[in-house]
Amino acid sequence: MSTPQQTIKARIELPARGQTPSPPSADRPAKIAVKDLKFFYGKTQALHDVSLEIPERIVMAFIGPSGCGKSTFLRTLNRMNDVIPGTRVSGQVSMDGQDIYAPGTDVVELRRKVGMVFQKSNPFPKSIFDNVAYGLRINRLTSSKSELADRVEQALQDSALWAEVKDRLKSSALGLSGGQQQRLCIARALAIRPEVVLMDEPASALDPVATHKIEELIVELKRQYTIVIVTHNMQQAARVSDTTAFFLLGKLIEVNATEKMFTNPDETLTEDYITGRFG
Amino acid sequence: MTTLTALCTVVAVGILLIILVYIAKQGISSLSIRFLVDSPRPVGEGGGIGNAIVGSVMLLLLSSAIGLPLGIAVGIYLSEFGAGRFGGLVRFLVDTLTGIPSIVTGVFVYTIVVVPLKHFSALAGGVALALIMIPIVARTTEEIIRLVPQNLREGALALGAPQWRVTMGVVLPAAASGIATGAMLAIARVSGETAPLLFTAFGSRFFSYYLDQPIASLTVQIYNYAISPYDDWHAQAWAATLVLMTLILAINIIVRFLTRKRF
Repeated sequence: MSTPQQTIKARIELPARGQTPSPPSADRPAKIAVKDLKFFYGKTQALHDVSLEIPERIVMAFIGPSGCGKSTFLRTLNRMNDVIPGTRVSGQVSMDGQDIYAPGTDVVELRRKVGMVFQKSNPFPKSIFDNVAYGLRINRLTSSKSELADRVEQALQDSALWAEVKDRLKSSALGLSGGQQQRLCIARALAIRPEVVLMDEPASALDPVATHKIEELIVELKRQYTIVIVTHNMQQAARVSDTTAFFLLGKLIEVNATEKMFTNPDETLTEDYITGRFG
Repeated sequence: MTTLTALCTVVAVGILLIILVYIAKQGISSLSIRFLVDSPRPVGEGGGIGNAIVGSVMLLLLSSAIGLPLGIAVGIYLSEFGAGRFGGLVRFLVDTLTGIPSIVTGVFVYTIVVVPLKHFSALAGGVALALIMIPIVARTTEEIIRLVPQNLREGALALGAPQWRVTMGVVLPAAASGIATGAMLAIARVSGETAPLLFTAFGSRFFSYYLDQPIASLTVQIYNYAISPYDDWHAQAWAATLVLMTLILAINIIVRFLTRKRF
């Protein structure tokens, strides 16, 4: 098995799909740079020397079979693995040139800049409004009630949920449908205006209609945000992403422009996976 | 299988119903407004349990004020930060505390509160009941908080919330109704305690509103009347029992109403 040990720079050779006009170019500065990342759950090594650069304002998809480490890798980018006892990380993850695992790093500040949407939608047992306002309130990002209301509305519009909930902002978020709850979680993440949005299989529990809405949303969002999405669904990766990274057994096998990845990948392992020969 | 479990359920619920109906039947004849507001009188002259109702309510308020915050805080600690060896030790001690017979708690409080202050007091009674509440509340709080899904915590952490804000702003509200249920169970449990009060609050035949004086309570009143040789007082003991059961039921209903699911 050939494992790329050197940093794989995302190569974007073909124009991106979707409505967005300007295709991302290879000379974009890396928003996140990962070097020789190893990750352990106790004694089990989940990630082996992963090196990867994620350019600004693109959608990068992580694909690979279950247990290949793609979610673990995603969660190292906002240090969400810190909350799991017995885990250990080595290597370097830097965002805008700052090592986020350096001692003294403000994790709270990091997570404010790197938003996250989870596989299972997890709205708080609060009203729709309070859910979106939560991040704004705890980070004291607004100075007045009207500003807060504006930011909440903006976030709900960005996540294409406003029209459906504008008349019932005070009712419980748990009364929304699954797809709406997931878009609410996206709105909640967007409300604090992060720079990067991590999505861990955001549509895996949704029906095709809700999935389609989320995918449209992702394509729309990359104008403003850098988006990293983990997905089991290869069609989804092909539809929404500019760049795709393929993980297998905790190793990063290949990173390439999505078009190329799905038509003519460099690695045979990638081709085998994509054509369904395993996984 | 269904028949067997249904049968067991019928037996369990049936016994409860029989107890309730029996108490109501025995107690209702002596029940009157005067009985609820008067203080006790000598045998045959009527009198009531007004002072005991006031005393019981005061003791419950006092023990809740001491025991609930402490117990809930211990529960939060155990569930959110108690993964290590120290947490395990605390959990073991709390479990041991739950198993201590209430009369032992009474004697203990007698030596540390009653003896130094030189007389029985409502305060000592409140402390004794609080000591019984703490482990119950701590363990139920811990179990309930554990049930709050991890992804709710992660959702809040991912928005840049520090740990304490996640606990206070997301985890506790999500667990609130369960914690309240635990608190209610603890209150209901201690409101039926008699033994620890004999050594601490002692009982009184008068209305008292002072923390440093002995105070009456329904349970001790029931005990005193029940062991007396007078039929009149026996009847009053039944009526007082009915009042006590109603009080516990009322606490149940009020807490359930206050903590009903809003979201």
